[in-house]
Amino acid sequence: METEILARIQFAFTIAFHYIYPPMSIGLGLILVIMEGLYLKTGNKVYEQMTRFWIRIFALIFGIGVATGIIMEFEFGTNWATYSKYVGDIFGSALAAEGIFAFALESGFLGILLFGWKRVSPRVHFFSTLMVFLGSAFSAVWIVVANSWQQTPAGFHIVGEGLDARAEVTDFWTMVFNPSSMERLTHVWIGAILAGAFLVLSVNAYYIKKKKFLEIAIPAFKISLVVATLFSIAQFFAGSISAEGVAVNQPAKLATLEGHYDSSSVADMYMFGWVNQQEQKVYGVKIPGGLSFLVHKDFKTPVTGLNAFKTDERPVQVNAVFQVYHIMIAIGMAMIALTIFASYRWWRGKLFETKWLMTIFVWSVLLPQIANQAGWFAAEMGRQPWVVYGLLRTSNALSKTVSANQIVFSLVLFTLVYTTLLILFLYLLNKKIVHGPVDYDEKDAIEEGSRGENPLLNH
Amino acid sequence: METLLGLDYNVWWFLVFGAVISGYAILDGFDLGAGALHLLLKKETSRRIALNAIGPVWDGNEVWLVIGGGVLFAGFPVAYAAIFSAFYVPFMIFLVGLIWRAVAIEFRSKEPGTTWRLTWDVVYSFSCIVIALSLGLMLGNVALGIPLNAEHEFAGDWLSFFNPFSIMIAITTLALFMMHGAIFLAMKTENRLYIKLNILAKNFAIFFVISLGVSSLYTLLYIPHLSDRIRSNPAYFIIPLIMFLAIANIPRLLQRGKFRYAFLCSAITIAALLATVSLEVFPNLLYATNDTRNSITIHNGASSLKTMKTLLIIAAIGTPLVATYTTFVFWTFKGKVKLDEMSY
Repeated sequence: METEILARIQFAFTIAFHYIYPPMSIGLGLILVIMEGLYLKTGNKVYEQMTRFWIRIFALIFGIGVATGIIMEFEFGTNWATYSKYVGDIFGSALAAEGIFAFALESGFLGILLFGWKRVSPRVHFFSTLMVFLGSAFSAVWIVVANSWQQTPAGFHIVGEGLDARAEVTDFWTMVFNPSSMERLTHVWIGAILAGAFLVLSVNAYYIKKKKFLEIAIPAFKISLVVATLFSIAQFFAGSISAEGVAVNQPAKLATLEGHYDSSSVADMYMFGWVNQQEQKVYGVKIPGGLSFLVHKDFKTPVTGLNAFKTDERPVQVNAVFQVYHIMIAIGMAMIALTIFASYRWWRGKLFETKWLMTIFVWSVLLPQIANQAGWFAAEMGRQPWVVYGLLRTSNALSKTVSANQIVFSLVLFTLVYTTLLILFLYLLNKKIVHGPVDYDEKDAIEEGSRGENPLLNH
Repeated sequence: METLLGLDYNVWWFLVFGAVISGYAILDGFDLGAGALHLLLKKETSRRIALNAIGPVWDGNEVWLVIGGGVLFAGFPVAYAAIFSAFYVPFMIFLVGLIWRAVAIEFRSKEPGTTWRLTWDVVYSFSCIVIALSLGLMLGNVALGIPLNAEHEFAGDWLSFFNPFSIMIAITTLALFMMHGAIFLAMKTENRLYIKLNILAKNFAIFFVISLGVSSLYTLLYIPHLSDRIRSNPAYFIIPLIMFLAIANIPRLLQRGKFRYAFLCSAITIAALLATVSLEVFPNLLYATNDTRNSITIHNGASSLKTMKTLLIIAAIGTPLVATYTTFVFWTFKGKVKLDEMSY
C-alpha cells in the first residue's frame, strides 16, 4: 500500500509537471506555422520578427518538455514493472512508433528552426517549422492511443494467468482505433492548441497594456485570438463527444464525474457542487436530468449509478474527481465566453481600448493549463482502481522489487530538480518577454516602418 | 517458428534494438564526450564554439534513447520491466543527469554574467560525466548479469552494481565518449582550438585503449560467459579485430588532419564494441547470475509474434524517414562552427 501510494504520487507529479510543456509546444507550433506562413506569403518583416521571437520561446518550452518526457518513458519500467509486462505488447508498440515518427521528426527539424535561419532558404525554414509542428502533434497521437487503450481496451486477448497474464495484440488497428482513442485525441489536441494560443495572447496582451512593441504585439494578438476563439468553441463539442463516450464505455467513471450513486434515479448535471460521500448526495447548482439527457437524450431516464458497482471496482475519491471535472468544464466555458467577447470587441473596433480585458488576457494563460491538468486528473482518477480498465488493478501493476525507500529517494530528487526547473523556466521566460520580440539590430528597421523585401523573390 | 529471411522475428528485433542503441551511443556519445571535456576548454569563445557544434543536433541525438526505450518496451517488455526496476537508483541518477544536461545547454547562453556561465559550464560538464559513467555502469551490469528470480525480477541488492567489472566498463565508456567527442569537436573547429582538441583526442584515445585493455583482460580471465563464444569460434574474432584496427587508425588520421575519417573510425569502434558485447550476451537480454534458467532471453522476454511483425513494419517505414532527415540536418550544419546572434 505504501509503495502504491508513493508510486502514484510520483507518477502524478512527474506527468503533471511534464504536461505543462508539450501542450504549449503543440499549440505554439500551430501558431508558428501560421506566423511564418504569413511571412512567406507577404514578406512582411513584422511576421518574421514574431516568428523568430516565438521560436526562441518554443525552444525553451520544448527543451523542458523533452527533458521531463524522457523520465516518463522509463518510469513505466522503473515503478510499474508488472504493468509494463502486462501491456508491453500494446503500449510498447505505440511508444516505439511515437519515438520513430514523432520525436525524431520534431527534434531533428528543431535544429534548423533555431540555428538554420542563415543556412536554409525561407521556404525550407518554413517546411522545418511545419515538420516540428507535425512532429509534436504526432507525439500526442501515440501516447493518447496508448492511454485510451487503458481506458477502453480493444483488439487484444489475454495470455497466461495470474502473475504471468498479459495482453497481446490481436488486431493492431482495432487497438489503435479503440472506442475512445479518436475522440480523446481530438479533445487533447484542442486542449493543447488552446494552451499555445493563450500563451501568445497573454504575452501580447501584456505588451499592449504596456504599449510596447505594438506593431508586432497587435497582429500577433489577433492571430492567436482567431485560433483561441475557434478552438474554444470546437472544444465544447469535442468535450461533449468525449463525455458521451465515457457514458458508453466507462459508466462507473461517468457516475463518479457527476457524483451519481443511485441507478434508479434520474441523473443530474451540476454546474458546481460538493459530493458528500457518506450521504451519497451532491449539494450544488444543477441542471435536473442533465446527465440523463447526455446519456439517453431524455431528461427522465435513470442512469447507472456508482452503487451498481462493487465497492472495490469503482473510484474511492468521488468528490475529488467531481471537483477536477467541474473545474475543467467551468474553465472551458470561461474560455468560450472570453474569446467570443474579445472577438466581438475586435469586430466593433474596440478590442485594445478596454484595459481590463487586456488584464484578463494577461492572466488567461493559466486557463487552458488548469483545464488540461484538471481534465487529465478526472480521466485518470476516474479510471481507478484500474490501471487498465476492468483488467489490471493499479495495486497489482507496481514493480515488486522496488522499495518505498527507493521511491522516496527519487521523489525527493524529482521534487528538487523540478522546482529548480520551474523557477529557471519562469525566470528565463520572463526575461525573454521583457526583452521583447525584436532583435537589437532589426529594431530600428521596424520602427521606421520599413517592410522587408519578399524573401521568395530574393532566393 | 516463423522466420523472415531465415532469422526469426525475435532475432530481427534484437538486431533492431542493437542498431538503435549503437546509434544512440554513436550520436549522443559525441555530445556527451564534448560535454565531459567542456571544462578543459578554457576560453569563453572556445566553450561557445563547442556548445554550438552540438547545438543543432544534440536534441535529435537524444531521441535515439527514447526510440531505444520504446523498442525495448515493445519488443521485450519483460526485459524492459526487469532492467529498469532493477537499476532503479542508477537509472534515476542517469535521468536527472539528462535533465541537467539539457537545461544547462539551454540556459547557459541566456545570461551574460561570468558566474552564471561558469555555474552552467560545471553543471553541464558534470552531468555529461555522470550520464556517461552511469550508462557504462548499467551496460557493465547488463553484460555481467544480475540475480533474477523465477518471475524474471531482480533478486539482489543494488549496491552490488558497483562491482569491479562494471566500474571498469563505466570508465571505459567515459574514455570512449571523450575521445569520440574530442574528434567531433576537432572536426567542427579551426586554428588553435582545433590543435588543442587534436591533442585531447589523442590523449583520450590512449586513455580509452588502456581502460579497454584492462577490462578485456579481466573479462577473458574472470568472466567465462562473456568470452566463451568468441573463444570457441575464431570467425567471430573479426568483430573485435575491426574495432582494434579502427582505434589504431585514429591517431594516424588525426595526424594527417583527416578528422572525418577519424570520426568514422571512432563511430565504428563504438558499434564494434557494442556488437562484441551483444554477440557474447546473445540470446540473453539479461543473464541471471544465480540460476541461468531465470535469464531473460529474446524468446522468453518477448512480445507476441503479431507485435514483432507490426514493429518491423513500423521500423521499415520509420527508419528511412529518420535517416533522411537526420542526414539533412547534419548536412545543413556541416563544416566549421560560426557563431551568430542565434547561437548559444
